Order: sequence, then C-alpha cells, then structure tokens
Amino acid sequence: MNEQKTFFPRQVVEVTGNRWDWALLPLVLALIVLLAFGARQMATPYQVGAELPISLDVSYLPYYLLRTTLRMFMALAASLVFSVVFAVLATKYRAMERFLVPMLDILQSIPILGFLSITVTGFIALFPGSLFGVECAAIFAIFTSQAWNMAFSLYQSFRTVPPELTEASRVFQLSGWQRFWRLDMPFAMPSLLWNMMMSMSGGWFFVVASEAISVSNQNIKLPGIGSYIAMAIEAKDLGAIGLAVGAMLVGVLLYDQLFFRPLLAWADKFRFEEIGGEEQSSWLLTWLRRTERLQLLGEAFANLLTRSFGFFRRHHDGTSIKARNAGPSPVVERAWDAVLAALIMFATWQLLTFIHTEVGWTEVGHVFVLGFFTFLRVMLLIVLAALVWVPIGIWVGMNPRVAARVQALAQFLAAFPANLMFPVFVLGIVHFQLTPDIWLSPLMIFGTQWYLLFNVIAGASTIPTELRFAARNIGLKGSLRWRRYLLPAVFPSFVTGAITASGGSWNASIVSEYVTWGDTTVQAHGIGSYIAEMTATGDFPRIALGIGVMCVYVMSLNHFLWRRLYRMAEDRLNF
Amino acid sequence: MNQTIVDLKAVGKSFAAADGTPRTILDKVDFTLREREIVALLGQSGSGKSTLLRIMAGLVESDSGDVLYRGQPLYGPARGISMVFQSFALFPWLTVQQNVEIGLEARGIAKEDREKRASKVIDMIGLSGFEGALPRELSGGMRQRVGIARALVVDPDVLLMDEAFSALDVLTGERLRDDILELWEDEQISTKAILVVSHNIQEAIMMADRVLIFASDPGRVKFEMRIDMPRPRDADSADVRQLVDEIYAVMTAGRIRTGKTTEELEPIRLDHRLPDADIGLMEGILERLMDEPFLGHADLPQLAEDTELTDEELLPAAEALALLEFAVLEGGDVNLTELGKKYVAAANERRKAIFAKQLLKRVSLAAHIHHSLRQESDGELKEEHFLELLSESLDKEEAERVLKVAIEWGRHGEVYSYNYNTGMVHLPAPDSVATPD
Repeated sequence: MNEQKTFFPRQVVEVTGNRWDWALLPLVLALIVLLAFGARQMATPYQVGAELPISLDVSYLPYYLLRTTLRMFMALAASLVFSVVFAVLATKYRAMERFLVPMLDILQSIPILGFLSITVTGFIALFPGSLFGVECAAIFAIFTSQAWNMAFSLYQSFRTVPPELTEASRVFQLSGWQRFWRLDMPFAMPSLLWNMMMSMSGGWFFVVASEAISVSNQNIKLPGIGSYIAMAIEAKDLGAIGLAVGAMLVGVLLYDQLFFRPLLAWADKFRFEEIGGEEQSSWLLTWLRRTERLQLLGEAFANLLTRSFGFFRRHHDGTSIKARNAGPSPVVERAWDAVLAALIMFATWQLLTFIHTEVGWTEVGHVFVLGFFTFLRVMLLIVLAALVWVPIGIWVGMNPRVAARVQALAQFLAAFPANLMFPVFVLGIVHFQLTPDIWLSPLMIFGTQWYLLFNVIAGASTIPTELRFAARNIGLKGSLRWRRYLLPAVFPSFVTGAITASGGSWNASIVSEYVTWGDTTVQAHGIGSYIAEMTATGDFPRIALGIGVMCVYVMSLNHFLWRRLYRMAEDRLNF
Repeated sequence: MNQTIVDLKAVGKSFAAADGTPRTILDKVDFTLREREIVALLGQSGSGKSTLLRIMAGLVESDSGDVLYRGQPLYGPARGISMVFQSFALFPWLTVQQNVEIGLEARGIAKEDREKRASKVIDMIGLSGFEGALPRELSGGMRQRVGIARALVVDPDVLLMDEAFSALDVLTGERLRDDILELWEDEQISTKAILVVSHNIQEAIMMADRVLIFASDPGRVKFEMRIDMPRPRDADSADVRQLVDEIYAVMTAGRIRTGKTTEELEPIRLDHRLPDADIGLMEGILERLMDEPFLGHADLPQLAEDTELTDEELLPAAEALALLEFAVLEGGDVNLTELGKKYVAAANERRKAIFAKQLLKRVSLAAHIHHSLRQESDGELKEEHFLELLSESLDKEEAERVLKVAIEWGRHGEVYSYNYNTGMVHLPAPDSVATPD
C-alpha cells in the first residue's frame, strides 16, 4: 500500500524545468508577442487631420481592448515612477515637502478631464508626424487619474514607517538605497498596491473619455475601447455598446486575475500588522511559485538587488566627520521660503489680470453659481446614496459569507465605467421629456457609489464580535440600535467612502452634466456642463476658469468638511 | 582600570516644550563605559535613561558636552555599537536568516561569509531550525532572540539593550537574560561592554557590575552602586535581596518626602508630575496591604512579588498612595496610615468622600481646577487653560499626561468631570450622579 504513495523527487522525474514551466510557457510567450505588437502600433506615422478608421466590427474588439489595456498599464507605470520620486523627495527634503505636498493637493482636485484639452496640443507638437503624441496625451490623461492617490499613499507610508525600524536601520548602518528596498518600500507595498488597484479601476472611466480627443476642431479617435464606444454613441448603436461592455468586463477580469491578484497575494508578506487582514490567494502566483525557470528569473532579480546593496553602501560610520550633521543653513531655508512666496504672489497677480482681461468678473460670478448647483447635486446624491447603501452595507458586512462575495462585486462595479450607462439615460430623458437638471444627476454618482458600499461593508465586518454579542445581549432594538451602535461603528469607514465618492462625483460631473447620444445633447445646469461645453467649443480661458473654480470648490469641501469628519472619526469612533 | 570605550562628558539634552522653552532631559551627565563591564541604567519613565542610551547609539544628538567612542567624536551610529530593542524592531518581511544578516549585508560582506557568520550566531542563540521563518510566526521570546542575534552577528564592541526583556513574560525574560549572561561570562561573544536600560530592579541587579539610578527632571545620575558579586547570581540570596531593598529605597526616596508619619506634609506644587497610577490598582494595593501577611506594612520588593506587578506599575501606585496620605514610603517599605486603614474599611460612598477630600487637600492642581470651576457660572472651563499652565514647566506630552491623571482622579472623587467630545472640564451636575434603582 505504502509503495503506491511514494513521492518521486522532482529532480528525478523532470530533468529540465517542471511541468508548471511548460504550462506557463505559451502564456508568457503570447503575452510578450501581444505587448510588442501593441506597442509597435502606438508609434505609427500620423498627421493631424488624417482620419483614423474605427470599426464597429466585433472582430476588432480584442485588438482595441489590447490597445486600451496597454495604455492603462503605461499610465500606471508612469504613475508608479512619479509616486516614488514624489514620495522620496517629499520625505527626504523638508523644503521640497513644503512645496510638493500642497502642490499635489491642488493637482488632485483639478478635474482630470479638463487636462486633456489643454495638454494634447503640447504632446502633438512634441512628436510631430507620429501618433505617439496623441497616445501620450491620452496616457497622460489616464496618468492624472491614477497618480495622485498612489503618490499620497506612498508618501504617507514613508512618513509612518515605525520609528523603531528606522532606528534599527540606522544602528545597522543601512544606506539610503538599502533602506529604501529593505524598509520603506516593503512597508509601503500593501497600501501602494491597493491604491494601484483603485487607480486602475478609476482609470477605465477616463479611458472612455480620453481616447476620443477633440483638438482644434479635429476629432481624433485613438484605436481603443473608448473610441469604439464614442463611435457607437455617434452611430446610436446600442448593440455595439453592449459588446464594448462585454469586452471591458473581460479586460477587468483578466488584469485582475493575471496582474493584481498575484501581486496582492505576493505582497501579503509585507503586511505589518501581526494579525488580522484576510489572506490573499492567487492561482497564478501559486502556479508561478511552483515553476522552476520563472522562479530562477525572480531569484536572479533578487540577487541583483542584493548585489547592488554591496555597491550602494555606507562607507563611513558615525565617527567619521562626514556623519557630522551640519543641518540646513537658516539662510537657505529663508531664501527658499522667499522664492515660494514670490512665486505665489506672481501667480496670484497673473491670475487676477487674466480673469480681468480674458473673462471678466461677472463670468467668474456666474461660474461660481454654476459650481454651487453642482455642489448641491453632489451633496444630495451622497446623502441619497448613503440612505440606500449604508443599511445594505451594514447588513452585508455582518454576514461574513455574503460579505466576501458582495465586496468583490462592488469593487468590480467600481471599475466598470459608468459612462457606458449614459446613453440609456439620454434616451429615457428625451423619451419621457424629463428635466435634465434632476434626471442627469444620478449619473454623477453612478460610478462612485460603490466606494460607499464597499467601505461600509468593510467597516461593518470589523465590528468586534464581542460588541455584537453585547448588543444582542442587551437587546438593543430599533432606532437606539442604529444610533448608539451600528451607525457610530461604521462611521469612520463611511467617511472614507464618502470622500472618494465625492471626489469622483465632481470629476464625473464634466461628463454627466453634458451627455450626447448621436446628435441629441442633454445638458444640466452646473459647472461640469460649463467645462464640457467650453471644451467642445475650444474656449481655453473659460475651460481654465471652470477648472479653477471647480478646484476651489473641491479643495474647500475637502478642507472644511471631509478632513474634519475624518479627523473626528479617527479621534472618537475607533475600536 | 580597564580601557574606556564610551565616554560622555557633561552631556546635555533638551527638547522644546509647548511654549518653545527648552525642557531639560539630561543635565550635564558624565558617564564612562569601560571594557569588560555590564552597566545598568535604572529610573522611572521620562528620567532620560533611554535618551542617554540613544545618544550612545548615535541615534540622538546631544545639545552640549562631548560624546566619544574609542576617543573619536560620535556623530551618528557607529559600526562597533549594536542595539537590542524593546519592541524587537525586526523587519517583518524578512526571514530570521535575512533579519540576522541585515547588518552584514549593509556592510557589503559577501554572501557565503554572511551566511556562515549568521548560522554561527543563530546556533549560539538557540534559533537553529527557524532560519526560514518569518518573525510573525515566532513567539515573543524567539523574536527577541532574533533581535539579539542580529545585534551580535556584527561582532559589536558595545551592546546596548533598551528594556530588551520588558515586552516578554517574566520567565521568558529571565531565561533570555541568563543565556546572554552565560555567553558573556564564557566570552563566547566578542562584545567588550553591555549597557542595559531597565525599569526592573531585580533584573538590573542580576546583570550589572554597576547600577546607575536616574533622577527625573532634570535627568542626572542620582545614585551609583557597584555590585561585585560573581555571576550567575542567586535571586533569592540574602545579598541580592538586600541590594534590591536598597535600590527600592533610593528610588522611592525624595520623590515624596518620607519624613515622620505624624508630621503634616506640605501640599505639592501645582506642576508636580502626578504619578501615572490607576485608581483600581491603588485600591487593590491598599486592600492587599491590609490583608495577611502584610497587615499594614510591606517591603516593596515583597509586595511586588506578591502582587505580580512590575516595578513600573507598582512604584507610581505606591507614590500616589503616599501622595494622598494613604501610605508612607520609608526606606523601601510601604506602611499604611490611619487614613489608609480607614479608607479600606469604608464602603464605596465613604471611600469616594475620603478620596475627594485628600485630593483637594494634597493635589494642588486638582484643588486649583475645582476652585476655578466654582467661580464659573456654568461650572465649565476649557482644558486648554490648565494645559497651558502645565506646559510652562512641562513638555507637551507630559502636561497632557499630568492633566489626564488629575482628571481621572477628579472623576473618581466626583470633584469635577470632563467631556471628551468638547474638551471641557466641568463640575459634576447634581442630577448626573447615578442613583441605582
């Protein structure tokens, strides 16, 4: 009996590699070929004005999906590089921090879709005669939707590295390079990956808007899912939209399974907390870990890194004169402050003269009123969404078996670009003769409400078991149960979700207050439709004004409402 | 006399308090660490002993004075000085082997050499078999073994131990301590000197050739004692017990004037650093003191053993009892006063009344809060007023801590209360006193 269970050592059975290697080989090769093909297509010759044919034929869809996905990953890579540079500079140099952090704070509240029309001209000029310029503009637009939260997450992680680990790395003489790879990056990894995943989800929404670019009254449609959808909307082809939705779902599923799941499962070892957190698992990672050849590749990379540690190490210790910390001279610091102040004053002056000569103050007032309409809409929608999703989220969160599945679904829905649903609304509004000011509003929160849902689910599932037992034991019922127990318990995670949802809704207002279907355009009063309308006519000063005013609204909202609520939640309603 | 390794001359360190004025942590401390000696630094939390250790580690820069390591000025962490951390400070994503190797890796030592040296230390410290484990898979004791192995693998000249055993349970800590002492006595490690920061008196006596006791505010060495007993030392021997007694006496002396039992004590200053004592614990100790075998008198070390409290828990509680005149501290002993006995015998309501009376009589800060509140028509004041007052002589964290203690005591005595949400201190509303029905 026992003999049958003899386990053959792998080295004996297989001589080169193992069966996992062979199984993965075609997958790896296919991936490389696809990427190379897609990348080559990006730099084809192109002149502004030339027509790029987009076909509604189904057979083109996989190709479009490839191009779109490629764009998103390039933007993601750029975001990663940007985040690392930003975080390192901001944590290492106090002077840079004072400049960079507020800068990023402003950048992240600028509506992303506003970037596109401004930047595309520059990129086309940068690569004359090639499609790469337009590609860059699209990638840049996606980049702006992905980079900020990643950069902040990395900066936050670098700043909150546990002090005792910092001390240990100093006592054991780690150089800056060694510290970065051995301490800072591993510590930041889980939160960075999570934010990358969120960014990627958010990116889909903007892909749809950024592939079909209008510049100097030219319509450029880059081959991709977004352009396919734009074409379908122009042609009023609901079937094609359905197909695009299907292709997108496949795309989301693929990168989730092939890219993020393995990464998340791998990053599990970087979790800092001793306990808690769900175990991530990925079939692909398990598979990869069983291969020999690919493992060797990973090991080679790790070896290269450790080899680099020998090269970039500290050659002196704390007794050398080089370790003497002179500190930044106060004169230099003052000078830097003065430069910053001068820049701010100059910018303010420029801004005032620009408004005065280009748009006029009445226009500014008008845009602020429009902004107020959008503000009302955003707040109202969040309240409505909260009324729907908070009870559902709490119920789901307290049923662990349902929670895991619904949470995955909600994350998936958040990745799904809500703009695909817009045509349905336009048809409905036109058909039933509805007021756009009211009925276009739900579109704003359509894509971002899921953040509310899955944050509340996460919050409800972390309510300590003892507390649940205690609440049941006391017999808390009715409104008392909600007021004293459930609502306070999920409040912190609700605020986190609401912040994301609010930010997303402002952004979405540009596409959701001004919606077209074929030659029908439905428009609501608001700052989003103002920006969209000015973009359509190519009026740069007014686009800038719209973006600026929206920026002011978003930043004040962040500062006066969300951050305060967040701090309150952190302070008082914590387990 | 053995050769000097680390030499501190008139080292001073201060941190900026809330109002910008510097608060002294260390005041002109002289200290010399010589070859072949183990030195222990004892003192209450906040007495500057940890800062002194960090100055020697090169992690904190001193404001004044000289820090010399082997005759050279020390600006940052030196290669010859290694450290073991209270919270272990292991890299959770590296295996035991990788964690131990990290100091060697940083020095650019070749892989084979690194592995050889790490395995030797891993064997020596009793970690073999766990090389591939991640720290989160290990128990606290095993983790600290990794921390010690990591510190020893670089063959340090000086080993600094910052409360290295205080996060472990007593038995595990004692075993680890004995293991290190054995390595030291047998000269299996090349380390020339060990500096231990601790709040455990017995631990210090079991390990050290010299014990230094820090006085807080400003931090300076209050007392130094040589211990010339051979190691390993027996914790139950009369010699060790006597030393423990002596150190308890030194550590409790001067904090509260011990004086005679009958003499009226002066109320303490407004900014007195109220001890961080839990009221439940104080009551527990009072009750235990009344019982067998103490019957009102106890030797502090004995009380610590009997209550299974650490010195860091027991000493503040004892100090608080003395402060409120429930007990008297004398030469390492604690004796219940008549008032203390009365308190233990009383029922809950009566206890509160006694507590309130003592609080207002003895703790000037509490009396001042109460007095100020009574002048307000709504009986409310912002906590900031008191924080500002305290911040003038204490640093921000300490001021907050002291006010927190004062508020907790005030709440217990129902003298005044505090609203966390509004940050207001207020008199208890007469109707808010809960009446059981």
